This record gives sequence, C-alpha cells and structure tokens, in this order.
Amino acid sequence: MAKTIRFTLDGRTVEAREGETVLEAAQRCGLRIPHYCWHQALGNPGNCRMCNVEVEGAAKPMVSCRLQPKEGMVVRSAAPAARRWQRAALEFHLVDHPLDCPVCDQSGECGLQDYYMDIGRYPSSLRDDKWHMGKRMPIGPHIMLDQERCIMCTRCTRFVSTVSQSHELGIFGRGHSQVVDVVPGRSLDNPYSGCLADICPVGALTDRDFRFQVRVWYLDEAESVCPGCSRLCSIWAHTSTRRPWHNQGRRLARLKPRLDPEVNGPWICDEGRYGFAGFDSDRLGRVLRLGRDAAELPWDAACDEIAVAWHRVVRHKKPEGLAVVASGALSNQDWAGFRSLFVDGLRLSRFLFAPEPDQVGAEDGLLRRRDKVPNLAGGRAFGFGAEIQSLTWQTLAEQIEQGEVWGLYVVDRDPLKVWGEKGRALLERLDLLVYQGPRKGLTGELARFRLPATAWLEEDGEFTDFQGRVRGYRRALEPLGQARPDWEIFAAIEAAFHGGGGL
Amino acid sequence: MAVTVRPVTRPARGLWEQVYLIEVLRGLGVTFRHFFVNLWRHVLALLGRRAAAGAVTIQYPEQPAVLGRRARTRHRLLRRPDGAPRCTACLLCETICPAKCIRITAEESPDPMVEKRARSFDIDVGMCVFCGHCVEACPVDAIHMDSSQVELASYTRAGMIWNMESLMREKR
Repeated sequence: MAKTIRFTLDGRTVEAREGETVLEAAQRCGLRIPHYCWHQALGNPGNCRMCNVEVEGAAKPMVSCRLQPKEGMVVRSAAPAARRWQRAALEFHLVDHPLDCPVCDQSGECGLQDYYMDIGRYPSSLRDDKWHMGKRMPIGPHIMLDQERCIMCTRCTRFVSTVSQSHELGIFGRGHSQVVDVVPGRSLDNPYSGCLADICPVGALTDRDFRFQVRVWYLDEAESVCPGCSRLCSIWAHTSTRRPWHNQGRRLARLKPRLDPEVNGPWICDEGRYGFAGFDSDRLGRVLRLGRDAAELPWDAACDEIAVAWHRVVRHKKPEGLAVVASGALSNQDWAGFRSLFVDGLRLSRFLFAPEPDQVGAEDGLLRRRDKVPNLAGGRAFGFGAEIQSLTWQTLAEQIEQGEVWGLYVVDRDPLKVWGEKGRALLERLDLLVYQGPRKGLTGELARFRLPATAWLEEDGEFTDFQGRVRGYRRALEPLGQARPDWEIFAAIEAAFHGGGGL
Repeated sequence: MAVTVRPVTRPARGLWEQVYLIEVLRGLGVTFRHFFVNLWRHVLALLGRRAAAGAVTIQYPEQPAVLGRRARTRHRLLRRPDGAPRCTACLLCETICPAKCIRITAEESPDPMVEKRARSFDIDVGMCVFCGHCVEACPVDAIHMDSSQVELASYTRAGMIWNMESLMREKR
C-alpha cells in the first residue's frame, strides 16, 4: 500500500499518492489548476508559472506542478492572491502573443483563450509594439509552426526528446527573441508528429491536414478506437456534419487521441491519424445487382436472390466451391455473424482473411504494429486463424484457375488490387461474385451483387486488440443510404437461406 | 410540422351592419377625416404655426424612399486598400448568424502578410433576418449592412444568394 498524503486544496481534502505533486493530485481529483507546461506524460519543468498557488504559511507563490504536498498543508488555487499571480503570468504570456484568434485554428480549444476568459479579463496594459517572428512555417508534413503564438512551454521539445526521441525541435535565442524551431537541416517528420498539435496548448503548432477546414466549435465528437493497426488506440472521432459545406464536404474532420493509460496514453501515430482522409470517398450506399439486368434492390430481395443464385450453382457443383474473402476490419459482432453464416450455416471451408500485401507496415516500440488490420485477434476468437486456416492470395488464385472455386464472397477486400490485371480474368470465370463492403474498390465493379456495409464510424461495435482487450467504439456518423453493419447483412442472408429451405 | 385546426367563431352582424350603405358612409367619413386633418397640418406648417408638415405620399418605386441613416440594408463586403477582400474567413459571422444564411469556405492566402482568406462567401438574403449580428461580430470590420439596397427580390431562390463578388459590388 503506497503512502498517501492528505492536504487541503481550495477547502477540499485531497489525498496525494507518494511522489505526486499538488497539481497532479488536483488533476486526478478533477480539480483544475491552470497550467501550460505540465503534461502528464512530459514532466513538469515549471516554466510557464501559470499554476501558481497560495500555500498557508509560505510568503511567496508556489508553482503547484513542482510542489510536493505535505501532510496537513493548506493550498489555495482560487484565492484572490493566487488568481492575481496566475493573471500576471497569463499577461506575460500574452505580451508577445499576436492575438490573431480570428485566423488561428486553435481558437475554440486554446489554453490562452480559456484562461483569459476564466481568470484573465484584464485590460491590456501593453503600450509597446509586439515582437514579430516566423509565421505559418510548414516544418514537417503534418505540422505548421507559428513562432509568434508560442508561449515557450517547451512541451513540444520535450515530446521530441523523450517520446518520439527524434530531436527535431529546439529552443533558439533568449528573452523576447526566444523561438521554437526545427533544428537546421531537419524536418519534423517523425511518425508521431501529429501529437505536437495536440499537446501544444496554444496555436503555435497546428495541424496542416485540418488547417482552415472547419472551426472546432462546429465539430461533434464520439468515442472510438483507431482501426489503423492491431494496437487499437483510443481516439476521439471529430465529425463535421452541422455545416456540410465545411471540411470540403467530408464528414470526418480529424482523429484525436483519447487518453488511455493502458493502451496508448495520450498519443496516436500519424498513420492512424491521417490514414482516413478518404473516409467519405468511393463509398457504397445502394444495394445493387450488376450485370446485364442491373437494378437497385431492396435488402430482402437481394438476400433472396443471393440464396437463389447459390442454390442454382450447387445443383451441379460442390458447395465448398464458394470461397470467402474477409477483412480483418470486421468487428467482433461481424465475426460472430460471419461464422454463423459461412461456417455453421453453409459449412464452407475456404476462407481468406490474411492481410493484403500492403497491409503490413512499419512497427516500433511505442504504438505502431506491423499488421495494419484492426481485428484479426477478434477473428481468432471465432476460430479464424486457429482451427480454420486462411488460404493465401496465391492458392486462392490457383484454385479459381483450376475451377475448384466457382464463387467468391468478398467482404471489404479487394482481390483485384492484389492480383492485378490477371485477377480480372479470374473473377470473370466465377459463377457467383458477391461484394460487401463500405467502399467500392476495384472488385466492387465486377460483382454480381454489391452490398453496402457501414464503415467503423457508422456503427457501434467492438474490436479485440493483439493483447486480447475488447475495445468498444461508438457510432459517430449516420450510415450512408441503405448501408447496414456487416453482421446485419450476414444475418439477413442467413435468414434468406432459411426462408428458402436450403440449409 | 403537423397541421392543426383551430375553429374561429365569426362575430355576429346586427341589422345596422347588414345595411351596407351606412357602413360605407362611415368608412368614407374616416377617409375624409384623415384627408382634412392632414390638409390642416400642411396649412399650419405653411403658415409657420407647426414645425412638421403633414404626411406626404411617396411615389415609390418611381420616387426612391429615403432610408434612415442606420437602416440595415443588403450586406456589403469591404476591401483592403489593395482591393482584396478584408474578410479573413474567421467564420464568426457565420457562427453568430441566427438565420444560418451565411456560408463561408476558407483557404490559404497567397499574400505573405495575410494568412487566411475566404474562398467563397455566400449570403442567402432570402433567409437573412437583417439583424446585423454579423456586422457586430466581425473582428476586422469586413462586413457592413449599409449598401442602401433594399430591393432584393428575385425570380429564383438561387438568385437570392449573393456571392463574394456581388457582395463587394455597389449594385448587383
């Protein structure tokens, strides 16, 4: 049992764990003390002086991010003296701040704005001109630097030295002319550079991807997890649907890390953060039968027709000739419906759920994982990868070539992309090709039936990460058109098979 | 919105109202009273016994109406001395607009001294309630409602939408 220290903060008794500072204990208890430089993962240099508090018996202000509580200590963060000190620190920060809030992407979620409205509200006593430094400097592929807006909290330089350990940023000069900048000859291109826009408490480091797309007060947020790899980092999905003309008409505005000490802490990688720019492009929203008699179908008719088409083929061919290609982006709910339809219902044996060749990527010791598909672990829990082994792309192509496989049910995968041009001939040999997925891809064009599925932000669901944690995500957007979650589609098709008396 | 029915009871008409001639004469009486009172005011003003003259009929639209100095009329986007729009696309007017009639999209400005500018700036004057909140909210004094233009009718809904170019012109 760790030792706890009891002290009083603003009239409330707070228990600090051993080694915790007053600010950390306050944060944990939901009491807010203003601060810029302190960050739960980046330490407490104590240079912003915003967290000044009054300690009974002490003659001078104390910075609470470096103050170790003592038993029975009485701390006041909202007393008139403490507020006066905090206001003075804020005024110093704003001396050289350009106040270009109207064009700053941070406004609406800016620490300077928040504390000015909370504890500032002083008339400006500044008579001199402001110092001018570099503005809109694209210092990396994802980050825009504005040196004038910087308040020298050094969170960014601590991030690049301790978290990403890439050391691209430094503090140069001193006094008024002190600036944050990239080290000469370097570019801020580490795989976690997007996090700098999150940790910057002001508008000095902003996101280039999100730049001028939508004002933050128009965004809605939903709890989600990042499906970029099997780490499944906790994220906030920020969506822009209130004013459709913003964000170039795209509904997903940005992904932000959601604090989760067990999985990703306060970070996410750039691949995950910027990997969903095309979320709204190439999407499916209509149930279609393609080919000579192309038509838009209602769901029940499409499911019936798929069952009928299957029965027509299995009159003279083996049922096992239907192979199923599935993606590791299925949720646990989807895997359950998948297993129920294809394994327990139709008793199929040919499955392909190995990643596409380009779904294997870089890995590092912080967050990124090699397999860029979110939920193969969930599939394993339903037997896929355990007692049911996956075909390879090569063997599946050979089996279609030899005529052993006469049909393909593709779930959110693109065989044509993997096989290239020879894949077109392979897919045209098939008696039945059903494509189901949120995006059309190349294969969607060739399918006999094309079923629209929801993308992960349009459904509630769960993934299982590589360590076996079940991670839930919430619906952030409305499904497009007729799109339904994958498990509902599997269930509807299964019902169609039962209705036809086929199983 | 659901359609609701509210019964209205008609006022009962007595014999007096049903003899129309008397009511017609009463109406003429009202008209003549206004005519002579107004005429009397003009005469008093002519003789210097009264500060303000009586009411005058303006022959609108042949004769333009005189608007008050602070009347809120069609919006006008102001220019900087170099001719570029002053608007920085901060979206505060769009945010405060209670009628949601302003649509702005932003882009990077090519001018090195300007960071952000509007790519498009549309106002649907058919939806505008002429409250003037956009003028109050603008931090760079880029939008005024002093074009003195009140004749904004159009044959189409699309014609009610003013874009950045037309909002910067004096007349449509």
